[in-house]
Amino acid sequence: MLPDGGGGDDEERWLAEGIAGVQQNAFYMHRALDSNNLKDALKYSAQMLSELRTSRLSPHKYYELYMRAFDEMRKLEMFFREETRRGSCSVVDLYELVQHAGNVLPRLYLLCTVGSVYIKSKEAPAKDVLKDLVEMCRGIQHPLRGLFLRSYLSQISRDKLPDIGSEYEGDADSINDAVEFVLQNFIEMNKLWVRMQHQGPVREKDKRGKERNELRDLVGKNLHVLSQIEGVDLEMYKETVLPRISEQVVNCKDDLAQFYLMDCIIQVFPDEYHLQTLETLLSAFPQLQPNVDIKTVLSQLMDRLSNYAATSPEVLPEFLQVEAFAKFSNAIGKVIEAQVDMPVVGAVTLYVSLLTFTLRVHPDRLDYVDQVLGACVKKLSGKAKLEDSRATKQIVALLSAPLEKYSNIVTALELSNYPRVMDYLDNATTKVMALVIIQSIMKNTTCISTSDKIEALFDLIKGLIKDMDGAQDDELDEEDFKEEQNSVARLIHMLHNDDHEEMLKILCTVQKHILQGGPKRLPFTVPSLVFSALKLVRRLQGQDGDVTGEEVPATPKKIFQILHQTIEALSCVPCPELSLRLYLQCAEAANDCDLEPVAYEFFTQAFILYEEEIADSKAQITALHLIIGTLQRMGIFGVENRDTLTHKTTGYSAKLLKKPDQCRAVYACSHLFWTDDQDGIMDGERVLLCLKRALRIANAAQQMANVSKGSSGSVTLFIEILNKYLYFFEKGIPQITNTVIQDLIELIRTEKQNDSQTSDPSAEAFFASTLRYIEFQKQKGGSIGEKYEQIKAA
Amino acid sequence: MVLVLALGDLHIPHRAPDLPAKFKSMLVPGKIQHIICTGNLCIKEIHDYLKSLCPDLHITRGEYDEDARYPETKTVTIGQFKLGLCHGHQVVPWGDLDSLAMLQRQLDVDILVTGHTHQFKAYKHEGGVVINPGSATGAYSSITYDVNPSFVLMDIDGLRVVVYVYELIDGEVKVDKIDFKKTATMHG
Repeated sequence: MLPDGGGGDDEERWLAEGIAGVQQNAFYMHRALDSNNLKDALKYSAQMLSELRTSRLSPHKYYELYMRAFDEMRKLEMFFREETRRGSCSVVDLYELVQHAGNVLPRLYLLCTVGSVYIKSKEAPAKDVLKDLVEMCRGIQHPLRGLFLRSYLSQISRDKLPDIGSEYEGDADSINDAVEFVLQNFIEMNKLWVRMQHQGPVREKDKRGKERNELRDLVGKNLHVLSQIEGVDLEMYKETVLPRISEQVVNCKDDLAQFYLMDCIIQVFPDEYHLQTLETLLSAFPQLQPNVDIKTVLSQLMDRLSNYAATSPEVLPEFLQVEAFAKFSNAIGKVIEAQVDMPVVGAVTLYVSLLTFTLRVHPDRLDYVDQVLGACVKKLSGKAKLEDSRATKQIVALLSAPLEKYSNIVTALELSNYPRVMDYLDNATTKVMALVIIQSIMKNTTCISTSDKIEALFDLIKGLIKDMDGAQDDELDEEDFKEEQNSVARLIHMLHNDDHEEMLKILCTVQKHILQGGPKRLPFTVPSLVFSALKLVRRLQGQDGDVTGEEVPATPKKIFQILHQTIEALSCVPCPELSLRLYLQCAEAANDCDLEPVAYEFFTQAFILYEEEIADSKAQITALHLIIGTLQRMGIFGVENRDTLTHKTTGYSAKLLKKPDQCRAVYACSHLFWTDDQDGIMDGERVLLCLKRALRIANAAQQMANVSKGSSGSVTLFIEILNKYLYFFEKGIPQITNTVIQDLIELIRTEKQNDSQTSDPSAEAFFASTLRYIEFQKQKGGSIGEKYEQIKAA
Repeated sequence: MVLVLALGDLHIPHRAPDLPAKFKSMLVPGKIQHIICTGNLCIKEIHDYLKSLCPDLHITRGEYDEDARYPETKTVTIGQFKLGLCHGHQVVPWGDLDSLAMLQRQLDVDILVTGHTHQFKAYKHEGGVVINPGSATGAYSSITYDVNPSFVLMDIDGLRVVVYVYELIDGEVKVDKIDFKKTATMHG
């Protein structure tokens, strides 16, 4: 058998018996009331109330029983009132009469009931009756019974307090009596409530805690009543109410009561009172029991007050006047000191609330923000990186709050303790925080414009910039990594200054940091740096930096050195295709700056990559098109350099794997020898050589197709070359005559006829549109029309 | 009436952090029936963004696109028009109209859309149209100085196409309109 103090079934039975007792006696009481039999009414009501003397019920069940009796007592009270109104019995007599009840509990319930009538009759001052009642109730020291009795007293008296403006208001000081009465009842109830914890067997401690928790509102109700009393103004609250309550709360030394009542105080009294009594209120916190969840209550208070400040800005001066921030800051420090065992998450939560508070109340006081962060660092110091995920979450909240408030990272960069807090985050969270920072910059399009700010920023986001100690590769999700690095790449464009010197410093700072990124990160970050630098080159281009003879740090030359180093690092990853593209971009920029040796060097690097690193034939084709396209635009090279580069390029073209690709690259090279611009290259001979070479390759392609597929391939290549011929024909290259073009048209026609079974509709359309173009040009008339006159397209 | 968004050379994140906010607020899902993008997005996030504007998305490959599956050229038929799409770095000299015209003949299209130069262009050429929507982010270009962000909306209605070009100049969006009619001499 389990030792069962109050098994569910037994308790149900006891409750049922109790209710039956109440009902039975109530029945006789009603009969007595109906027949105006005061004596019987008192007798049966006392018997009914005796049911409340039980010790066998849990608070929950006891409450049920109490409510039954309570309803009946309302009827009795009405009867008493009628009785005294009719004059059949004076209220004073009645007050005496009920004291004859045999048992103390029924006697006190009856006394309270008559007391209510007594006050209402105004035959005695409310304060005297109330004082009498609250004293008499001391007669019940059993916690549960006492609590309910006092709750009854509180219930029947709440509308009869001698409050200011109330009909029961007595002489000048009666408000003090009203407050004194409620306070006294509160204090007694709290004592009973606390004592409940210490009665009964130790093994049921938890159960009792739970039961007590159900009763808390009986006690808290008193505070609510106090807050409703008109006469409790700030003065009264400050001088009497709060000190007395807080004294009781501290002295009761009970975890549950302290937590609940502190919370209750904060909830029921107005915010302006809290603000004006912060010192008193806060001084209670460090004196609470070590296990009380202070952080929740204190956070609650700060949240309330910051909401108060936010909703009524006109009260802000009051916050300053009472030095609310300093008081909170101080109190938190003391609480943390007092509660040695408070987990980190608790402390950080407190700091989050304090930070929220100061951001709302003192948005201009950045030093307060830094102070909060500093205090947090102090709490964290000496500890390893945080592993508690809840604490980490709070730190992220702590660090995110200033970003949200100021929507400008530059502000956060001024907070010296910001990075120090970040140091306590684990690697994964550091990254999350770094991304939050970058997103904030992006969202607000914040431009960060000095190299020292950028230095500070990189310190904050270092988790994304380089491998952290102890970071494991396998924890990396490739998609996540890409996204992270791309946001760093985007960020680089937000680091900008219109001043050239400062911009150069910025570039150096960025370069220093991203080069630490290692082979995984460089392909993401280097392009952004390169283009950011090229933009600066473009800005410097119009200026003659060296004219003054002074040392000017920001020159295109200097930037090209940075670019060279940076791309070289990227090419070592290795990452040849991207590096090649970037070298070519630089070459073109150097061309625009009239720096031939620099441009040549960049081309050389691009060629080396092409020769040594780019093996994939598709990648070769694209790279080669970019080389040809860039080289075509370079006007800076002298004959010798140009020859070297064009020679190499045509050489690469002819060495592509597939014949059609060779052919296309070679005819594209023809443009290297004929440029339209002023003092452009006009080497018709070599244009023709390229086109002829392209034709030869097209022929070879045709033959190969014949051998391997048993049919000649498409004539598309020939049509493409025909178009190139037309292009240079129009440019007026003497070597390209209408005869050459006519021959080519005929060749294509023949090829098409030879290969009638494998018709290629796209080649057909291409040829048709080319011929249509020739007709179109003929019809244009003028010099072009004349040129085309000789060619027979139809 | 069909609305076609043409854009390209965003170069995110290499050369620009994002599309201009003003463009983003103009480009909303559900208004556009087709997107043609000449390439250089360059990353998947941008691809996904475009896809969210309109699922009918056609992209050709720019030299900086991480997605190697985009084709070099593509043709799309919308209404009575055949459109050709190509990034343009393959066509030397870059941005050269006569060379692009050759590509237009080769693809046999009414409208050729290319990019690479970052400069908005719309020509009537041999009865066809050659359009370059410029760079949607105003990205740095070695070819064009002082690039303004721009994109193109084509309103295709029967034999008529109205090309609206949206350009962001000093923080203001400027719209220009160019009208083209497909004539009997056009192919396709």
